[in-house]
Amino acid sequence: MEFLYDIPVIGLFIQFVVYLAGHTPVVAPIVVAAAIPVALGALCGFMNERSGVVNIGIEGMMLTAAFVAWWVASIVHGLIPSSPGPFGITPALLVGLAAAIAAACAVSAVHAWLSITVRADQIISGTIINIFAFGITGYLNLLISQNAPATAGSFKSISLPSAITDLPLVGWLFNSFLAVGPIALSMLVSVILLQVLLHRSRWGLRTKAVGEHPKAAETVGIDVIRLRYRNVILGGVFAGLAGAYLTIEFGSAFQGGMTNGRGFIALAALIFGRWTPIGAFGAALLFSATVGIERLIRFVPPEGTLGDILTSIPLEVYEALPYIITIVVLAGVVGRSIPPAAVGRPYERESKAA
Amino acid sequence: MTGRRTLSLARIRSLVLVPFLAIVLALIAGAVVMILSSPLVSDSVDLLLPVRAYAALFQGAFGSVDAWIKTLANATPLILAGFAVGIGFKAGLFNIGAQGQFLVGALGATAVALALNDASPVVAIPLSLLGGMAGGLLYGMIPGVLKAFSGAHEVVTTIMLNYVAIFLVSGVIGGPLRGENVTYSRTDDIQAATLPIFLGGAGHIGILFAAVSVPIVWWFLFRSTIGFEVRTTGANSEAARYAGMNPRWLIIFTLSLCGLFAGLAGATEILGDVGYMPASFSTTVGFDAIAVALLGRANPVGILFAGLLFGALQAGAGPMQIQAGIPVQIVSVLQAVILFFLTAEVLVRQVFRLKSDAKAPGELANLSGSYAARR
Repeated sequence: MEFLYDIPVIGLFIQFVVYLAGHTPVVAPIVVAAAIPVALGALCGFMNERSGVVNIGIEGMMLTAAFVAWWVASIVHGLIPSSPGPFGITPALLVGLAAAIAAACAVSAVHAWLSITVRADQIISGTIINIFAFGITGYLNLLISQNAPATAGSFKSISLPSAITDLPLVGWLFNSFLAVGPIALSMLVSVILLQVLLHRSRWGLRTKAVGEHPKAAETVGIDVIRLRYRNVILGGVFAGLAGAYLTIEFGSAFQGGMTNGRGFIALAALIFGRWTPIGAFGAALLFSATVGIERLIRFVPPEGTLGDILTSIPLEVYEALPYIITIVVLAGVVGRSIPPAAVGRPYERESKAA
Repeated sequence: MTGRRTLSLARIRSLVLVPFLAIVLALIAGAVVMILSSPLVSDSVDLLLPVRAYAALFQGAFGSVDAWIKTLANATPLILAGFAVGIGFKAGLFNIGAQGQFLVGALGATAVALALNDASPVVAIPLSLLGGMAGGLLYGMIPGVLKAFSGAHEVVTTIMLNYVAIFLVSGVIGGPLRGENVTYSRTDDIQAATLPIFLGGAGHIGILFAAVSVPIVWWFLFRSTIGFEVRTTGANSEAARYAGMNPRWLIIFTLSLCGLFAGLAGATEILGDVGYMPASFSTTVGFDAIAVALLGRANPVGILFAGLLFGALQAGAGPMQIQAGIPVQIVSVLQAVILFFLTAEVLVRQVFRLKSDAKAPGELANLSGSYAARR
């Protein structure tokens, strides 16, 4: 193997691949953890865009949910303190999670009303949601933090038996993907479920029809408006899970603006994944891999020329990669990503049109 | 379509009355939020909290000469960046990227200003401003070129470019432009290119840029040939194509021009207000500009007033927090609610029993119209 390293350029590439492969089992759990809120946010976008509604308000929905999950959980925790069960589940955390989902669905309902009934510009609706969520969570957080409530803690990851994690070659995969908390597991289940439902169920076919050609859908008896409402509001469930993940599973506190662009990365993952759940999940993993690679290069850089090159690249370049990749994909350099045809266009029934 | 010069009653209502009512409703909504959240601060529900808060807000925004200047200074970048979004609207382009263009403009101005630190201000100031405009222009050109030649939708590319700009700035300021004797990641102080102050030392001349830009943008949009082409493309790109206009070139031109204004806003902030460039520049000017442009209905004069309003809200937010204990974030809430009521005009009309406008949904209601189809 070593002799291959001496080939110019290709040798460096081989070294890089070997370096990454060597550290994958260590970095993978970090990458998966970073990918979970992004993938959940992308599922929210999936529910919206597949039925023909643009949602750039995912960020705001996630932020609202993150705040509500943390706040409600800490209030309930103060009222009924209890010891955690399996998964670290307590009543407080469950109520917090439910409240987060409810809040995100409520925000989604506003988005649905503005974009479906009012037929307003969907980009503006998303922008309103983002500004509002940023303001109201920051406002309330500052007021609350004056009384500093005790946090309700967070869901715990399951620990797999060492018989599984020690399996040669694949053990680390189980360890990264399955040794996670309940919200993360719900994401894995949702991705698979939605992927199957999209192509194999009546709901999936109807959703695709409504997103591609609402008029045709209406003529075969699909209630476009109702389906869009239902899908957009249900999309809130995933934004709610994504937000709750940040404050009651991955961490246990809220900070103003803590989603930090994950909602927009989610949108990018959806586009990169060509508007499919599995694709979006894969893109979320790819985008999060840059987080892992950045950490790896910072703390355990490879030796020799490769190490010199990698460490001389500013870390910001790695951080900007997901966004740059998305732009390149959108520009069609790597491969065209074509959105559902009716996305962004409010639906108007024939009878009501002038 | 009404004629160009006609200001029908319905149009005045749509341009003036509806935004005004949206602001009133937002202030009421803000008051409700304050009252509902008052138990978090005191022991009981405080019905007078909004009165105290809004009084402090008004005092901080208009209560003294200093307050007025603070309002104008806050409004300046909002108005300039508001043009960056508003001009895009007129061409049917949704420029979410004002924030990134603002940052890159600030970076460009800083780079030139630092290089000319020993030069005479007469040279350094105009060149640094040009540096800022060039930075914004080039950054706005990227989504323009991408849209014109590959159909990549500007909403998504500009959102992505906003984030790229953050890392670009932090990489450049933390790296090559990092100052020598600074404690945290920032540049050295800008010397020669600092904008002169006036109004008794309280404001810098950047305020004038906003004032001068209003008639220039108005002339450009409504009196120049290319402005006419921009608006025609926005109203109906197919018609514009058949009339012999070149949509590709117009898209690139418009987004570059948008970037130029956002870049000027960034340059003004750095050269006039901050005096150096930090690696993490915490500002939301480019996002607030979206609200400004929408409230001003993408009209230069409307943007001027909308910018002044939001500038006043920001100027009064600090005093409000100190005197009434209301966190400054309430301003974002107010902005969002104003936008909400503008967007949901139907609701405003019902609440105030206004007659419905024949051409509603208004010109801004269907901007992004075809997220996909316009490719």
